[in-house]
Amino acid sequence: MSSTTPPDVSASRNTAIRGAGKVVGFVDERITSSNWLKRNLRKIFPDHWSFLLGEIALFSLILIILSGVFLTFWFKPSMAHITYEGAYVPMRGIAMSEAYASTLELSFEVRGGLLMRQVHHWSTLVFIAAMSAHMLRVFFTGAFRKPRELNWLVGLTLLVLGVANGFTGYSLPDDLLSGTGLRIIEGGILAIPVVGTYLSYFIFGGEYPGEDIITRLYAIHILLVPGLIVALVTVHLMILWYQKHTQWPGSGKSEKNVVGYPFFPIYMTKAGGFMFIVFGFILLMSATVQINPVWLYGPYDPSQVTAGVQPDWYIGFLDGGLRLMPPWEISIFGYNIPLSVLIPAMILPGVILTLLAVYPWIEQKVTGDKREHHILDRPRNMPVRTSLGVAFIVFYIVLWIAGGNDFFATVLEIPVNWVSRFLQFSLILMPPIAFWITKRICLGLQRREREKVLHGRESGMIVVSPEGEFTERHEPLDPHEAYELVAHERPVVREPEPATDPNGVPNPNYKKSLRRARLSHFYFADVIDKPTRDELERVHHHHEEIAPSSNGETPQHGASDDQGGQHH
Amino acid sequence: MTTPKSEEMTYPAEHSEHTGEVERRAADGDPIPDPGLHEPPPRYTDVDPSANKRAERQVVGMFTLASVFIVASIVAYVLFEIEPSEGVSNVGDVQVSNFALGITLGLALLLIGIGAVHWSRSLMTSPEFAEKRKPLTSSEDVRQDTLASFNTGAHETGFGRRKMIRNSMFGALALLPLPAVVLLRDLGPLPGDSKEHTVWDEGVRLLSDVTYEPIRAADVDLGQLINVMPETFRELPEHGPERLNERAKSPVMLVRMLPEELSPAQGRENWHIDGIIAYSKICTHTGCPISLYERTTHHMLCPCHQSTFDLADNGKVIFGPATRNLPQLPLAVDDQGYLIAQSDFTEPVGPTYWERGTR
Repeated sequence: MSSTTPPDVSASRNTAIRGAGKVVGFVDERITSSNWLKRNLRKIFPDHWSFLLGEIALFSLILIILSGVFLTFWFKPSMAHITYEGAYVPMRGIAMSEAYASTLELSFEVRGGLLMRQVHHWSTLVFIAAMSAHMLRVFFTGAFRKPRELNWLVGLTLLVLGVANGFTGYSLPDDLLSGTGLRIIEGGILAIPVVGTYLSYFIFGGEYPGEDIITRLYAIHILLVPGLIVALVTVHLMILWYQKHTQWPGSGKSEKNVVGYPFFPIYMTKAGGFMFIVFGFILLMSATVQINPVWLYGPYDPSQVTAGVQPDWYIGFLDGGLRLMPPWEISIFGYNIPLSVLIPAMILPGVILTLLAVYPWIEQKVTGDKREHHILDRPRNMPVRTSLGVAFIVFYIVLWIAGGNDFFATVLEIPVNWVSRFLQFSLILMPPIAFWITKRICLGLQRREREKVLHGRESGMIVVSPEGEFTERHEPLDPHEAYELVAHERPVVREPEPATDPNGVPNPNYKKSLRRARLSHFYFADVIDKPTRDELERVHHHHEEIAPSSNGETPQHGASDDQGGQHH
Repeated sequence: MTTPKSEEMTYPAEHSEHTGEVERRAADGDPIPDPGLHEPPPRYTDVDPSANKRAERQVVGMFTLASVFIVASIVAYVLFEIEPSEGVSNVGDVQVSNFALGITLGLALLLIGIGAVHWSRSLMTSPEFAEKRKPLTSSEDVRQDTLASFNTGAHETGFGRRKMIRNSMFGALALLPLPAVVLLRDLGPLPGDSKEHTVWDEGVRLLSDVTYEPIRAADVDLGQLINVMPETFRELPEHGPERLNERAKSPVMLVRMLPEELSPAQGRENWHIDGIIAYSKICTHTGCPISLYERTTHHMLCPCHQSTFDLADNGKVIFGPATRNLPQLPLAVDDQGYLIAQSDFTEPVGPTYWERGTR
């Protein structure tokens, strides 16, 4: 395996290796591929369960594409109206669009068609869930910091494209549920000031619903957006590959190395195997859990709707926003801006996406940190960032719950109006509460770790001294474990520049630096700092004085001999 | 297991001396030095030959079983037909086929995956090691060279001097998006005043949405709700967008309550027929068809976002995000006793839009 003495491939007795050698030779003589392969075949990838989230997204995307191609062989993206005469008996004789009829055909006349429909839908739900979880992981660990801001933006765009394509796909079968979703979208488009009505007529080819929208959504769903997604995933992976993966802090790991296993064979086998595991899970889900049984909903009829319907999970928060919004509207000279639709449907997602997109730069402004970071933050060591993230999650979840307020009203047997009112208040009050609680938890965890570094681990053993004093014995930490707790950097709270220079001339940068200092205080003033070497040594001497050699441990080199001892 | 050593693999121990990491470091240094890479304990399969053999058998077993399931999926495809029989739904057959195909294929994929991961975790012998990161920033002279190349190229174009070329090119490029927008013009017609009108008009009879028969005022029971379409709907072609468009715009719901329960607004006193009153079924919030009627309170709830309208009080919004009352259809009775519209709706139906109040 050592690269210092490469085995002579041509002389190998293994036919597979000899064959591979020929292929590599052929390619190499044309595009110098060995040069690249030599550097990358044994590229190091670090291991951690949280790094699998992005992989789940990638693999479910592959399954979406494969099952989607299968579906296109039968699906007819046409709103031409026909009378159904297919295999599904309850619908025979009913007028419907060809899109809906061909979805029934896929389900009832093509073996494996229903399976592929369910695989396509389930893997989409998994795709968007995995992307969201992956993005949260990146946020909470600070993996978006320099040099990865570009990939943060690419990933955010992928999430938006994924949701957009999920929605267009949801609309294609032209069943009662998907039509209701489209109708709400039409309401959202109409709410756009000045051009809304025109946009709606262009998109739908005239009055809603018209006979064009399915065909148009189909082109977007199978060509435009998937093309963009595949292109951006490629960019995402190329950047990831080039920049090398981030890693968790720990012994032996630094900003200048990456510790892990080689791409070939370990990472390739593991990731390849994991791909099949993701495929397998989604297939088993599709075999056993029914999703979107469109034959139960019937063809789309704009004058009908069923109560208690829910969109796919990733649209839920938008629907929740529509439900919670107070009935606000601006009318000037007969021109109307229905804020009750515009805010939750357009402005809210716009604001959320903008904040997410610029967050890496916001944090850079606060810290003034322009260095590269490859070691991840443990979320507790960035209490304010972590709390902001949790506050956002809570905000999102309240909206998401609101998307099912009628469901919760039914389950809890209380009026839906109460649920809505409660959620309206929650949407405003819960995120700050979540922020405060999360920050307390982070600071508590930091405090505990500081104690642990200073005094060692609680052993649970109670020792009675000759004077009759009860103390708990603390065991020293393993040096690897101890290092992990202090591997992060010390935060620096930035102070404002002086308002005037020594000659009393006002400092033009004062206001700016004051703002920056305030933000820095907000982020870092409460952070519990890890102990310094002095503090460790002082604690050590303190223990020596009151309980000399009480733990009988052999001192470690450097400062780690302070870890043993007793804590009162 | 031997540890490979070569130039590109290094064991870090020195990283506290990195340049450029001064700012956040306390002057008194870090409390605990980096003890260096953690050597993981050997795996069972490294020390116990029988565990090694067992793992190998497990991997082989999983891959083999996967092959069995792949064959089984083909058998399931052939075995479980979904042929529709006359007059009987084949939903059951479809679900059996779906289950059999999905389970066999799913287990096959899962076994391949678990086998591969097990193989890599238990049997592959690559150790963990550290690879150096190269700085992502190019060196200063490379940057300078790049800038110089760019400058040379830019100078050779004469871009800065030949302002006419530059400006005329920018002009052409700036115009280029216009045809792209213009070409999209035929995506749809202009709205015109189509949103302000429906097919409801003076004398148009109300049809029951179920029977498509006109409704006699005397036949409407107290507390009853009837979904209604305009008489013209019957004349529309059986297939085509006209019917759906009409169903998206013109549906009306008709309820009957005691006349004294109504509190009609000024000018609407004669819009109901003895407590029979009609409203647009299209929600003024985002256009869902409203459908949940509470007979005792005369409240009408939209199932999409729970906007609630009081049908006894001019369709007023009493809860939820809708900003506008439900448009009311003024009713009359023709000489045969059938319900007819007095006129079209007096305001546009459906969600609010920008120019709604200008005409």
